[in-house]
Amino acid sequence: MASQIHAETLALREQFNTEAQQKDAATLGMWIFLITEIMFFGGLFLAYTVYRRWYADAFAVASSSLNVYIGAANTVVLLSSSLTMVLAVRAAQLGKRKAIVWFLVLTLLLGGVFLGVKAYEWNQKFVEHHIPGPAFHFEGVAQQGPAQLFFSLYFAMTGLHALHMVIGVGLLTLLIVQAAKGRFSASYMTPVDVVGLYWHFVDIIWIFLFPLLYLIDRHLGK
Amino acid sequence: MTEHTEHIDSAKTYILVFLCLIGLTLLTTAVAFVNLGDFSVVAALTIAVCKMLLVALFFMHVRHSTKLTKLVLAGALVWLGILILLTLTDFATRGLGGVPGR
Repeated sequence: MASQIHAETLALREQFNTEAQQKDAATLGMWIFLITEIMFFGGLFLAYTVYRRWYADAFAVASSSLNVYIGAANTVVLLSSSLTMVLAVRAAQLGKRKAIVWFLVLTLLLGGVFLGVKAYEWNQKFVEHHIPGPAFHFEGVAQQGPAQLFFSLYFAMTGLHALHMVIGVGLLTLLIVQAAKGRFSASYMTPVDVVGLYWHFVDIIWIFLFPLLYLIDRHLGK
Repeated sequence: MTEHTEHIDSAKTYILVFLCLIGLTLLTTAVAFVNLGDFSVVAALTIAVCKMLLVALFFMHVRHSTKLTKLVLAGALVWLGILILLTLTDFATRGLGGVPGR
């Protein structure tokens, strides 16, 4: 049964000339999907840029209320998860089946830590009444509107990012189950490779979110 | 797409790239507390682009990718540039020509 599945996944589909071409097509397809993701996150980054120009002062004060040390620590956690993910892909390329499982589990755990820290940060925002809506209150700025706008963008961007993380955690769980069954080998590891691309992409989004939301107005804040 | 050969980077390479990424994270955090005026945005984004390139080229294997993949990625960056730059030609220049209003 298991070998039957294995033979099926290894098979060269008729539309491809070689296995290498089949693999390249999978990689390119994943990149095309990630590009659509770049474009939709790009819209949010653009909205952020425009409003930050319009309401520079309110954005600076609101941005400075975020905890930069938690943000930096979480960045390190996410970068570590990217390292373990790429090591999982490398283990797959080398056909080390046990190492694939362990590196994927580590990636999953680090992803979980990131989401846990994010949940703690969001909870702090609820406690501080920094959630956009009727109960919103932010000290230190004359206009509440622009400050709400900053936190709206903060929640939209970190929220969508976290949603991608949750999907990534789900994909990793599926991979771990399959890897534990010994499904991946040096000659068939496309799912590991493609989920790896997705995971690193989510990392790159955070690489831009961290400085834009937490850092660039830090020197202006109180 | 015929010249494909499988490249497997050493674990050492990945760990070096990871250490660079951590170093850049600490640098960008430290620089944020220095008053560079408008230049702080430039500094933060330059460091972010460096980190993005490290992740894309090494962790996402772009440097070993096919020419087609590289071309598609360059195209994506051009489209993103159009989205941002053309929008900013409006928003960033409003009120410049002495137009009453804002």
